[in-house]
Amino acid sequence: MDKMPAWADAVLVPLISLILAGVLSALVILAIGESPVEAVNYMVKGAFGSTNGWGYTLYYATNFMFTGLAVAVAFHARMFNIGGEGQAMLGGLGVALVCLYIPWPHWSLALIGSITGAAIFGALWAAIPAYLQARRGSHIVITTIMFNFIAFSVLNYVLVNVLKPAGAMDPATAKFPEATHLPTLHDMLAPLGIAFSKSSPANVTLFVALAACVGVYYLIWRTKLGYEIRAYGFSESGAVYAGISPFKIIMVVMLLSGALAGGMAVNNVMGEAERLVMNSVEGAGFIGIAVALMGRSHPFGVFLAAILFGFLYQGGAEMAFWTKIPRELVVVIQALVILFTGALDNMVRMPLEKMFLAMRKKGDA
Amino acid sequence: MDFLTILQVSDSSIRLAVPLLLACLAGLFSERAGIFDIGLEGKMLFAAFFSAAIAYVTGSAWLGLLAGIAGSMLLSALHGVASITFRGNQLISGVAINFLAAGLTVLMAQAWFGQGGRTPQLSGDARFTEITLPFAEALRDVPVIGPIYYELISGHTALVYVAMLCVPLTWWVLYRTRFGLRLRAVGENPAAVDTAGISVIGLRFAAVAIAGILCGIAGAYLATALQANFVKDMSAGRGFIALAALIFAKWKPWPALYATLLFGFLGAVAIRYQNIQIGNFTIPVQFMEALPYILTVVILAGFVGKAIPPRAGGEPYVKER
Repeated sequence: MDKMPAWADAVLVPLISLILAGVLSALVILAIGESPVEAVNYMVKGAFGSTNGWGYTLYYATNFMFTGLAVAVAFHARMFNIGGEGQAMLGGLGVALVCLYIPWPHWSLALIGSITGAAIFGALWAAIPAYLQARRGSHIVITTIMFNFIAFSVLNYVLVNVLKPAGAMDPATAKFPEATHLPTLHDMLAPLGIAFSKSSPANVTLFVALAACVGVYYLIWRTKLGYEIRAYGFSESGAVYAGISPFKIIMVVMLLSGALAGGMAVNNVMGEAERLVMNSVEGAGFIGIAVALMGRSHPFGVFLAAILFGFLYQGGAEMAFWTKIPRELVVVIQALVILFTGALDNMVRMPLEKMFLAMRKKGDA
Repeated sequence: MDFLTILQVSDSSIRLAVPLLLACLAGLFSERAGIFDIGLEGKMLFAAFFSAAIAYVTGSAWLGLLAGIAGSMLLSALHGVASITFRGNQLISGVAINFLAAGLTVLMAQAWFGQGGRTPQLSGDARFTEITLPFAEALRDVPVIGPIYYELISGHTALVYVAMLCVPLTWWVLYRTRFGLRLRAVGENPAAVDTAGISVIGLRFAAVAIAGILCGIAGAYLATALQANFVKDMSAGRGFIALAALIFAKWKPWPALYATLLFGFLGAVAIRYQNIQIGNFTIPVQFMEALPYILTVVILAGFVGKAIPPRAGGEPYVKER
């Protein structure tokens, strides 16, 4: 029945999609009169050429691992959580409250506290659309889009009217206290004798993200709940027949997804900015969609795709600095990746399936 | 609040409602045919760029409009190929289109005009100018009716009147033509349409193309009528408010007009008043901004009149084998 071997599905399809996206991006660069080779050179040099570049690449990748996992977990139950952006915003609020109002003695305790805060706020923001989907049948995609906008207004209100220190002009919280500052990769690698850039924002949250990847893998493929989630995603009627409650699966998956998206705030709010500003998420919630699609909703795939997008973001910034190509090229690449790995998946898949079928027939004959 | 203020707020409500209305009707055609379209935002943005760019180069707002429509239809074609021909996920295709438009418009604007991702200011015929309807000046001093006619009904750009005409036109096409009947049927039960020997694929492509035209007008309105150039991300979430309005209107043309006017009014009030004082209670401006989305969620939840989408929406059609 399988038209294609598993390895082709897992490796070949995303790879071809990526190549297509890359070729089209190169054409776009050519069309605006710049050199794609030069652009790639600047990107690679900018993202991997120095420990500073690495630091930024890994910092972005950490964000995308969280939001990518959030989308991926929901995909397993065939839910499309497009609200990662809003959930990450609210997660930021959770982190800010935890860091500002609890006197932490040490960063490690503060880290645990803010992970909890971020996860709870993110999960709660996902809980309302989840409940409406599960009980009232409101389409989760539409409600989560609406909740992104509502989150923006909520955060705007809270920052302007509640959390902004008296006398400050910009809508942002006060700086978090010293004890909540997370160690950066520079701080962590220095004792090992590795000189890592001091100015780059990559921090200990990277390891939290890696742990989240492992945790999601374990949950989805090694637990009963994960099995139920996958069964529900595969066939709702089959799952119901097997005694799996759709309400429970939708709620659990969306709470988890929201918590993961919210978890991103530990990296950007606590680890980097050390205060909550208005647009701290910077579209990472949406990049999560591309990351999850590219990574085929598998945590290891998400990890690789997150590194790829971290490279694109850091490399793209450097490229925009050194060439005349605007940074928005990265948005185009992101769009093409979503297009080829998501919407045009069948376009890539159908010829491949035909090819493998033809090869098999030849083998049989 | 005096009479003139009410008129001015109503007037700016209309101005803000027009792009929402056009995008909402675009979504209506598409979703009634069973194709979800969350790429309204991107198509509008694409059209805004092309209309501003071509209007600047040719000096004609009407040529700009055509270019805007062409740009928007290009993305519509992409959406059609992805979601109809290759039966891809319509939502993901929409997300991709939004990003594609957000990125490409800035890239092209920078490459063509080199002004940091915007187009040069439009002036004269390159912009849609406001039309004063006949007798507006003469009737201006007539009490009540005069100011209403002068301030509210007269003095808009041609595209505003086009948008308003689109509402009865959409109603007529959907409910009084054979094409409209088939279009609605294909969104509810494509298999039945197919059995009747009518092409599901053809109908859906037609619907997506109409959505492209309407989004094109909406985008051109943004860049060449409401404002006088293209700037980065100028659609500013309007595509999503239009989507909200579409749900609010339960996928029907006349309610779409009312819903977009309501959302336009909320926008106008938020711009004019910032925080609103009612007794000791202050309504923050952020609440006004979020209100369209909150209302949509409430409607979607079915607490106040349930919104039921077309039944075959989002499902690619596969012929029985």
